Amino acid sequence: MNLALSLFSMMLIPLVAAGLALIHQGLGRSRSAAHAMLASLCALAVSSIVFVLFGTSWAGSTGAAIHSFAVGGVRWDWLGAAPFFARGLNFDGIDTAGLTRSLVLCLELMAVGVAASIPLSAGADRWRLGPICLSSVFLGGIVFPIFAHWTWGGGWLAQLAVNFGISNFIDVGGAGVVQVVGGLTALSVAWIAGPRRGKYSHDGIPAAIPGHNIVLVLFGCLLALVGWIGLDSAASILFYGAGLQQIVGVVINATLTASAGCLAAVVVTRTRYQKPDASLSSNGWIAGLAAGSASCAMVSAESAIVIGVIAGVLSTYLIEVFELHLRVDDPGGAVSVHALAGIWGLFALGLFGQFPEGTRSGHVLAQAVGICALLGFMLPLIHGGNLLLNRWSTYRVDDDGHWHGMDVRELGAGAYPEFVIHADEFVPR
Amino acid sequence: MKLVACVLLLSGFFIVLAALVLLTSLGQRFAFVGAGFAVEFLGLILLTQAYRTHRKEHR
Repeated sequence: MNLALSLFSMMLIPLVAAGLALIHQGLGRSRSAAHAMLASLCALAVSSIVFVLFGTSWAGSTGAAIHSFAVGGVRWDWLGAAPFFARGLNFDGIDTAGLTRSLVLCLELMAVGVAASIPLSAGADRWRLGPICLSSVFLGGIVFPIFAHWTWGGGWLAQLAVNFGISNFIDVGGAGVVQVVGGLTALSVAWIAGPRRGKYSHDGIPAAIPGHNIVLVLFGCLLALVGWIGLDSAASILFYGAGLQQIVGVVINATLTASAGCLAAVVVTRTRYQKPDASLSSNGWIAGLAAGSASCAMVSAESAIVIGVIAGVLSTYLIEVFELHLRVDDPGGAVSVHALAGIWGLFALGLFGQFPEGTRSGHVLAQAVGICALLGFMLPLIHGGNLLLNRWSTYRVDDDGHWHGMDVRELGAGAYPEFVIHADEFVPR
Repeated sequence: MKLVACVLLLSGFFIVLAALVLLTSLGQRFAFVGAGFAVEFLGLILLTQAYRTHRKEHR
């Protein structure tokens, strides 16, 4: 196992969070830009600290202590039982097993920060900073560790082959663990916080509230690609024992899925609106990355392109469905881009994956079981937890704060103090 | 309505688990996992509808 390469790959992962932060603030209003960036830092900071203190115990790792119970003659490994505060780990470099465990902690620490920053997109312009931190505690301490253990830590989803004779659920780069978990949290936040003021008329007709800086959004997409390659590579090495040649495949496939997703969105928006839509195209790029991270190097280059194209088309249409028909105000499209594209990626792995063992139908079934676990168990857990937190500390800013913007309301100053529009700039000379 | 929706989501999940434990044939498991997913999808629709209704009442 190439541990040095995995460590190097992990160092790239913060670029995913940086890219997502730029995308979130660019797709929001200018009066909430600084708040969006600070919220990204706070979500990352809080989730990381809570994960190391508590979450890593429950996330566990293959071969470590577990909480389990027996039902139907099967032992269900449902939660890790390592010591709290990462006490079981040492960084003396003496034993290789300890080194692998510490690398797993490092990777999951980076991944939980990415997962925590995804919901900020759905709560843009109205989700208060305090509740953002509370929600990140919940995500980093409970939600993420549970699914990370089930998938990456040798939990019951990773033991479907041994216990039930079908293939194991596979999520190489965290399409489920990171993207879907973050995207479902985004859906929950969008429901709880409600739409932005002025988004819907009394008749329920949505108004367009365009992002304030599309240049930063597109730059964020490029940054996210680099980070995503790091995330996919590190997870492939640590959890699925990928070698150097497979990592080359990871890099190629990540680039292909992102490119295919973006181009599909460009073509769809060009066909529908006569001109390509930059924000939807950026969403297509991220949707391609989210979908592709399930399979990484386990699919061929052609399959990666197909996965990316379908993710890009899906995200473009689903963003519209959520906004127009379901009245979910998600300024960054996190629900479509991360949750639904991630689910598609997990299912696509079953359809297109190249597996050394197991039948195709067994793999499709295993992937379907994992998706059902995300929707049927993780979503109620996430939504129930966020509803309770909302009762304790209201997620949505009041109408006055909404009017002033989150920067002035929560931080006391705007991101662009000299950014004013002078009426005479638009008068013909 | 939201509670019923969450119960439906969990019910779908337990149908999937029951399919794994109780059934052995791949075809039967596919059918029951599909049924579980359908129940979860119903729960999702109900939850979405609950929030749409909530917004209309508070508009």
